[in-house]
Amino acid sequence: MAVCIAVIAKENYPLYIRSVPTQNELKFHYTVHTSLDVVEEKISAVGKAMADQRELYLGLLYPTEDYKVYGYVTNSKMFRKLHNSFTDVMCNPFYNPGDTIQSKAFDGMVSVMMVQAS
Amino acid sequence: MMSPTQWDLPPELCCRPMAFVALTGLDVTYNAIHRAIWDAFCANRRADRVPISFKVLPGDHEYPKCRTKRTSYEWYIPKGILKTGWMNKHLNLVPALVVLFYELDWDDPVWKEKQSECATKVEIVRTSLQGRNTKVAVVLIQKKTPLPPGEDLVASERAASLCNACDLSGKSLFVLPHTDHLVGYIIRLENAFYEHAQTYYYTEIRRVKSHKEFLNKTTHQLLFVRHQFKIAFFSELKQDTQNALKYYRTAYSLVHELRTHETNMLEIKTMAGFTNYKICRLCFQHNTPLDAIAQFRKHIDLCKKKIGSAELAFEHTAWMSKQFQSFGDLFDEAIKLGLTAIQTQNPGFYYQQAAYYAQERKQQAAHMCAHEVRYPTPDPLETLSGALDFYGQRAWRQGHQSIDPPDAEKEKVGIQALQVKEKDVPHSELIIALLSNAVAQFKKYKCPRMKSHLMVQMGEEYYHAKDYTKALKLLDYVMCDYRTERWWSLLTSILGTALRCSYLMAHVKDYITYSMELIGRASTLWEDQKSRIEKNLIKVLMNEVPEAEPDCDPASAKAAQALWSDRVSLAGSNRFTIEVQDYVPFGQFILLLQCKLHLYLKADCPHPVRFSKLCVSLSNQEYNQFCVVEESCKSQDILEPLSQENMCLVPGKTRKYSFKFVAKTEDVGKKIEITAVDLMLGTDNGRCVLLNWRGGGGDAASSHEAIQAARSFRSRGRVPEQHAQWDTVSIQASTMIISRVPKISVQLSHKPPALSNEMYCICVSIQSNEKTVAKDVKLTAGLKPGQDANLTQSTQVTLNGLEVCDESHPALLPDIAIGDLQPGEKVHPLLISDETVTIETVVPFDVAMKFVSTKFEHLERVYVDVPFLLMTDILSASPWPLHLVSSQLLLAPTMVALDEPQSQVEHVVLQTGECASECFSLQCPPVLNGTSSVASGQYLISWKRKSSCADAPVVTTVVTLSHVMVETIPLYVHAELPSFGRVRESLPVRYHIQNRTGLVQDVEMSVEPSDAFMFSGLKQVRLRILPGAEHEMLYNFYPLMAGYQNLPLLNISLLRFPTVSGQLLRRFLPSRIFVKPQGRQAEDASIAAA
Repeated sequence: MAVCIAVIAKENYPLYIRSVPTQNELKFHYTVHTSLDVVEEKISAVGKAMADQRELYLGLLYPTEDYKVYGYVTNSKMFRKLHNSFTDVMCNPFYNPGDTIQSKAFDGMVSVMMVQAS
Repeated sequence: MMSPTQWDLPPELCCRPMAFVALTGLDVTYNAIHRAIWDAFCANRRADRVPISFKVLPGDHEYPKCRTKRTSYEWYIPKGILKTGWMNKHLNLVPALVVLFYELDWDDPVWKEKQSECATKVEIVRTSLQGRNTKVAVVLIQKKTPLPPGEDLVASERAASLCNACDLSGKSLFVLPHTDHLVGYIIRLENAFYEHAQTYYYTEIRRVKSHKEFLNKTTHQLLFVRHQFKIAFFSELKQDTQNALKYYRTAYSLVHELRTHETNMLEIKTMAGFTNYKICRLCFQHNTPLDAIAQFRKHIDLCKKKIGSAELAFEHTAWMSKQFQSFGDLFDEAIKLGLTAIQTQNPGFYYQQAAYYAQERKQQAAHMCAHEVRYPTPDPLETLSGALDFYGQRAWRQGHQSIDPPDAEKEKVGIQALQVKEKDVPHSELIIALLSNAVAQFKKYKCPRMKSHLMVQMGEEYYHAKDYTKALKLLDYVMCDYRTERWWSLLTSILGTALRCSYLMAHVKDYITYSMELIGRASTLWEDQKSRIEKNLIKVLMNEVPEAEPDCDPASAKAAQALWSDRVSLAGSNRFTIEVQDYVPFGQFILLLQCKLHLYLKADCPHPVRFSKLCVSLSNQEYNQFCVVEESCKSQDILEPLSQENMCLVPGKTRKYSFKFVAKTEDVGKKIEITAVDLMLGTDNGRCVLLNWRGGGGDAASSHEAIQAARSFRSRGRVPEQHAQWDTVSIQASTMIISRVPKISVQLSHKPPALSNEMYCICVSIQSNEKTVAKDVKLTAGLKPGQDANLTQSTQVTLNGLEVCDESHPALLPDIAIGDLQPGEKVHPLLISDETVTIETVVPFDVAMKFVSTKFEHLERVYVDVPFLLMTDILSASPWPLHLVSSQLLLAPTMVALDEPQSQVEHVVLQTGECASECFSLQCPPVLNGTSSVASGQYLISWKRKSSCADAPVVTTVVTLSHVMVETIPLYVHAELPSFGRVRESLPVRYHIQNRTGLVQDVEMSVEPSDAFMFSGLKQVRLRILPGAEHEMLYNFYPLMAGYQNLPLLNISLLRFPTVSGQLLRRFLPSRIFVKPQGRQAEDASIAAA
């Protein structure tokens, strides 16, 4: 199960970020932020090689000691639910793309994917 | 450099093991030859030379004693895994080979004595190496170059004898001739030594392996590990790294098979760490980095949970940290030797993890060693030898291998001693060193965010180490990255630390800056925290001491309070200019519209903000005076801000300030830019902070917000001007000053189309509708520049309507000063009005001309001295009536007029399409022979528009008449006859025949009979005319019929010029005449008859 889920805008700022409340939230934020280095590198590398067949799922980003960070650029089962939910958010006529996500449905979806705080 | 600590890996483990060869019998201090030999051995040891570590030892050196060989392991219980001295012993103390250098030539005079001396020396070495398998070799240093083998019989005999005396095999005796090729000989020697050393290590491996059969798995578990490690180590010395790796791997798995309990956990981990280090090192060396990484991961996974004694948990984290660090070092070293690392797999991660464990260690140490305990005496960590016997054991219970500690009290004291020692460890220093290693790596592998994160950690560590200056330097550096990436949560946390640093150092300026950003909207702090910070900020502005930041160490906070008090009493340095681009709670926007400037200010902090001055700086500083809002207020006023006041910003509300100024004339066409916006907080007598925004202001979030707002479809309801919606305002920090369209009307009255060559009159009336005087109005009139060059040359403009232009007039009249246009008082900038008129031009008339004979017959050519007529037709093409004032014929010298030519078209007015004709009688004087055509002259027509005013200038159009062909004729004939005849009345006709040649001409002429006339005179005659003379012939014609009648034809032929036909000459003569009917009498008669 996930301990932290973040949706990042293409300009690299967080649209949505949530972590298991029992843990150090800041640390997760840093982890997400630092893993953007790899995302950026992977995307640019893919862009160079083959723009069309780009793999959306970026795979394991960082082999950190305690957690594994996976990146996904907008389709794999773990992420499908998240993606669908994100699509719903984007379909909301009252959502302005680029704003931070404030949606109960999305929150609920993320909660299901996360480790339940005991 | 930090001194090696308990956790550092021993150097003998980290070095590359090389075969140890001892050289004896060399006097390197006093003997030059020996020195040269030694130098040749140790200098230039490049990779292509065999891996041997040489050492010069005295001949009687005592080698470590060899313990007596154990014959049985039955009752033996090992005290530890690996002795601390073992690796060093085999690297540096116990040689694989001892080489004895001895100066002896084959033909030495005292051979016998020398031989026995050498044998004695060998014996001494052998005795010292009692029990060891170390080989001994002898090198004879000789002065002479040896003969090829087999030729020197004395040598082979004596060599055999020497070997015998020293109990050496022939393979162990070498000869080193001291000649030019020393290095070559040395290389051959060391290769031979290397072979001996390898044999030695091979036998050592065999020896250790042979112990195995005596061991049992219950009591000798430790020995299994020890032996595998030793075999592996000897393999390394033998340079057999493949096997070494294999044995280390076995040793590694055996370590983890050992029974673990709290007392031996450290020893097991230490040995596991050593073995792991060796494995990883060899994997990198074999260029299998993935194996190394996999081994390391396995190692960490296996050891992570082996914490050992809870009271010494910091030891575990220290060990973990060291594991990561040394792997990072190995990785980095491999990269330096050519390995390529990638972004997600580089040494930085290991340093980072090492730093993480170092941080853990620090926390644990702080937690476990907090109690005030004195270092116990006697020192439980002291041992008899000063060092431990076995790696990873406790000083107070060395060799103890059972589960429970032998003495609980001693155990307690020992742990206490370790805890006290841990307190003195410079944890922050260690952490920072590791972090900076990691930063360097991540910088190399394109991980800017990771680098920033680590720098934040470094900054925080400096903060903990109370080095606030360094902390701030690092935090400041990364803040801007987080700000631009808009990770507000992270930025807020960094700012919090930075604020504490600046508080503790009592750095007023930094304190204000960080406070400002923290109370702004980019910060994710709760309102109550923001409120607290703002209150502190207000205190600082009032020159008071702010409250201590929470989470500050109480002692430091106390010191900071004192520092702040000093700052307060210290007057003078209370003005600060802070560059607040990007991070201030009040964002701001500016719109520059012509010379009206709107400044929007919005405070995002929890409490209202009062300011004392607001000013805008523009690129032209002369305007700055118009863009200032100032209000003097007492320092106390800061505390009681009134929301309705002008100088107060209410949180969340946008306030708009408008400034107006008049642009200067010299700025027309230039860009005016807002260079800065300054907002002064506080007062001059308290503390005063000048917030300075460069350009149009805004903060880090605003540019993004502007984009988002632009994308947004949210309805933007009409809001009152004063509370304009913040996110709909976009920054426009510069504007172009252009001259405005003047309220001046320019009317042009003229009557197109213009006629070419005409003085075309255009009336310009300029009327100013300005409220003020338009000064120095200037008019530029004329042909629009940049048109056809011919047009420019042929067009002239004048201001004088009565004057006719000529070439001297220009095509464009620039800057005609008109003076001031009423009314008003103010000065106006230059206004430029542009009016372009396109004037259609038509040709006013066409002039056609033709030459005709006196009989109005068209002439192809004219004849010399024969009169002819020039007819001109002026056909008006102008839409306007044309007034022809006069016309004039200017004849060329080749033409003469037969009478005084007078204009026949004077004051004739031509309507469109009408034509005026003139006729002039001309004659051509004689021309030079060979001339075929002559110029006729010019025709001048003076004219003007009929419609134009009476005093309009008359224009003269010049038409150049065409050339005409001229011919000379030999004979000229002309007739003299009345203008009409009357029936039955005599009509005298005189023919004049003129000879125009210089010769006498025979002329034959005849008159043909005609029905209309009877005539008298010579009907046919032949006559002779002298040169230049004229002959006259008189005929009396008697007309018989009325009306136009053809005259009788006169035929003339020249006998000399048969070409001149009568036809030609007849052209000069009238061909017919009008004959009137008979007079009154006849009429009367006819009446009578009627």
